[in-house]
Amino acid sequence: MAIIKPRVKSPKKAEKGEVIEIKALISHPMESGNRKDKKGQPIPKNMIKHFKCEYNGVVVFEIDFLSSTSANPFLTFKTVATESGELVFTWTEDSGNVYSKTSKITVE
Amino acid sequence: MNKTLLKITGVSSAVFITLSAMFALTTVSAEEVKRKSQKPLSADNPLDEIISGYEFRSSRTQALQDDDFENPAFLWVDNGEELWNTVEGAAGKSCASCHSDAEKSMNGVSASYPKYSEQAGKVINTEQRINKCRTDNMKAKAYKWESPDMLAITAYVTTQSKGVPVNVKTDGKAKASFENGEKLFYQRRGQLDLACSNCHEDNYGSYIRADMLSQGHSNGFPTYRLKWQGLGSLHRRFRGCNKNVRATPYGFGSQEYVDLELYLAWRGNGLPVESPSVRN
Repeated sequence: MAIIKPRVKSPKKAEKGEVIEIKALISHPMESGNRKDKKGQPIPKNMIKHFKCEYNGVVVFEIDFLSSTSANPFLTFKTVATESGELVFTWTEDSGNVYSKTSKITVE
Repeated sequence: MNKTLLKITGVSSAVFITLSAMFALTTVSAEEVKRKSQKPLSADNPLDEIISGYEFRSSRTQALQDDDFENPAFLWVDNGEELWNTVEGAAGKSCASCHSDAEKSMNGVSASYPKYSEQAGKVINTEQRINKCRTDNMKAKAYKWESPDMLAITAYVTTQSKGVPVNVKTDGKAKASFENGEKLFYQRRGQLDLACSNCHEDNYGSYIRADMLSQGHSNGFPTYRLKWQGLGSLHRRFRGCNKNVRATPYGFGSQEYVDLELYLAWRGNGLPVESPSVRN
């Protein structure tokens, strides 16, 4: 898929101290670099190598992806709602391209 | 403030890394599974009960389909929505120029396809209908079969019919196509000498190597197939099946496959549209 697009689902509202579930999905081919095209030429490696989620500047979750992760990687993780603010999700590609998405949360 | 720092390295394999699920791995034995079935609409249907392909998949695959966010096919649907509103071609129109809100105008449309088209003079399916609109009304270039754009717009249009029972017409001018489709379904082919019916009528619910055979209904297409790591059309699935029995497949969008699609849709008349579904 040519178009790379992140999707994020996180609660808009939560109570203080509540465990919230966050889901993050990105459309990405995750080319391992081990495949060849129809002419026998190697397809260059193109992977998301790193993902992180920052909650008001604090990293609450990060992951390094290695070569056999499937295309369109989907993540689910949990964190504790502490204060109102922003969740920033960042995907970093091998080439250095960065895709990011922001969502807001209100903690009562 | 609770600062949880999770650094995970060395995650290899895993089709989908669902960390929360890693701690709650449960196995469901095949015997316990009860499949939801319904009576076919037509008394001529060779199947006593019709069962959606969804029922033959594992609970984890079903869970992916049940949640519109987890369902990776919705990445295509999102792109399809953009294409719906994109003006293209010499006529300066987008899909939305004529059909405005897809949620209303496209509701139930795909459930009646493949359908006989007076303009085309033959039975055409959803993909061909979209391309016809593009070339005739928008004066734009037809999408290439199986291209990301074609899949995206088809998924977007089809998903508007989600939950609407499939109901294709097989009488009148569609009759010849329908009968040809039926013939193709029961025709043995390839080095393995198998017809569609040998697997999907005689042996559904049994394993063929590691994969469980379904009744081969078309209500979930276009489908996100985990094996493909992407969305694919019914004709891609047909080609895969044909290659598996060592037969030479027909082309994408060939009349043979459209006829077969019509016959399959009729077999599943009454099943709700599930597209975009998730299958393995």
